[in-house]
Amino acid sequence: MKTESQLKKVLAADHFAVTAECGPPKGADPEAVLKKGKLLKGYADSINVTDNQTGVVRLSSLAACALLRQAGLDPVLQMVTRDRNRIALQSDLLGASALGIRNVLCLSGDHQSFGNQPQARGVFDLDSLQLISAARQMRDQGQILGGDPLSEAPDLFIGAAANPFADPFLYRVLRLAKKVKAGAEFIQTQCIYNLDRFSDWMDKVRDRNLDREVYILGGITPLKSAKMAEHMSSRVAGMDIPEEIIRRMKAVPAKEQRQEGLKISIETIQALKEMKGVHGVHIMAIEWEEIVPQIVEGAGLLPRPNL
Amino acid sequence: MITAERKPLEEIIAMISPYRKILVVGCGSCVAECAAGGERETGLLSSALRMEARMTSRELETREMTLERQCVYEFIDQLTGLVDQYEAVLSLACGAGVQAVAEVFPQIPILPALNTTFLGQTKEPGLWLENCRGCGHCRVHLFGDICPITRCAKQLFNGPCGGSKNGQCEVDPEIPCAWQLIVDRLEKSGRLSQLETVYPPADWSRQQGTGPRKIIREDQRN
Repeated sequence: MKTESQLKKVLAADHFAVTAECGPPKGADPEAVLKKGKLLKGYADSINVTDNQTGVVRLSSLAACALLRQAGLDPVLQMVTRDRNRIALQSDLLGASALGIRNVLCLSGDHQSFGNQPQARGVFDLDSLQLISAARQMRDQGQILGGDPLSEAPDLFIGAAANPFADPFLYRVLRLAKKVKAGAEFIQTQCIYNLDRFSDWMDKVRDRNLDREVYILGGITPLKSAKMAEHMSSRVAGMDIPEEIIRRMKAVPAKEQRQEGLKISIETIQALKEMKGVHGVHIMAIEWEEIVPQIVEGAGLLPRPNL
Repeated sequence: MITAERKPLEEIIAMISPYRKILVVGCGSCVAECAAGGERETGLLSSALRMEARMTSRELETREMTLERQCVYEFIDQLTGLVDQYEAVLSLACGAGVQAVAEVFPQIPILPALNTTFLGQTKEPGLWLENCRGCGHCRVHLFGDICPITRCAKQLFNGPCGGSKNGQCEVDPEIPCAWQLIVDRLEKSGRLSQLETVYPPADWSRQQGTGPRKIIREDQRN
């Protein structure tokens, strides 16, 4: 039977999609991946696997996706252009498709200076837009960059990221438009805490009718503690956590802060469900995957469609 | 210009340690402009090395000479006849100069006193900034006259990435985000529509060549 992207089917059937993120282990342990997969099964339509996020060496995204696929899940292969040139990237896209992986998220990747290999050479042969368009060319025209034909085109649903909170703000929607022009079919956004700014961004997205050309999944990261909120706000680039969220986290005793973080996530999803042009959510519970079922259930997104 | 920085003195001392008679050769061009290898720096380095030799009771004879350019044969030729009297040459040129001198004098070790760093500008006294990577295909006019290859940490042709905050780069908050500069400058000069273009992958073979690159100009050859 032909493998199809569950994410694509859910979105095409006009359901509010749920994807969740799974970070691979810092070791060669397949069980760690499968355990996270099992936690998320039935709660997310598809599972993103990060690609050496923050420049830290981890089990490869492609291998982890293959493990999840074997376990009956629909993985989203995250691919960064930081570590591989166009030869390796295109080769991995073919390999992913051959392994039954049906979704790819094209990213430039966190700069290598943030990770545990700061002396590495950053490749950046392509940027994320160029990777999107290479993937589209491979799938739609059956050609690699430069025009050589493929014996068989890869079957992939092609996505990209968007950060509505980074600067320059006016350029943020234009950059989304460029990603759509390059061929992105779905978008997963940076974590949303500042709903006002996200809503402004969505207004501009709708002004350009981009919400009709691409599926937009709003990013959700549950806060574990007030400390995490402060750290993310001050240390993580491109992150926008309003003072009022930090205050709200601080207002409850440490023991109850996880519960408060969960509540904020659920409220954010409920707001996103009402926002025109938002087609789903992408939950990035960093090393806290076990909370995802509660978020999904709390936001009234169960059961997940069985298509 | 090509910028460089002098190596730490200890590293130079270790490099010259097998030799007792060295010719210290400065370069009067780029590395003089960035105060790393001009006549003044050549004199200072030479006397520092002699002083260290005296303090450690080591025998060391030096002579200084600064060429107008160490990367052009007609200037290098000024060393002919002189080099043979020394055991080694300590060169305060960029890597191109060091190798050009080495090619002319195959018998003698040429030791690099500088670390060659980048192609850049003198922004103000004591501040040099990198702004060219010599990619072999200049397109800065498409990017508000700001080179994304050099000035964006991820070399994005379709930037900025998600790490641009308040005009600064996530990699180093001291460094302005190149794409913020590009957007600002295109806006000021009424060229914002250029941002809509999806730029295709670069042809890095123009930068990497097939090994070292060369330029041949028939009209300049005699």
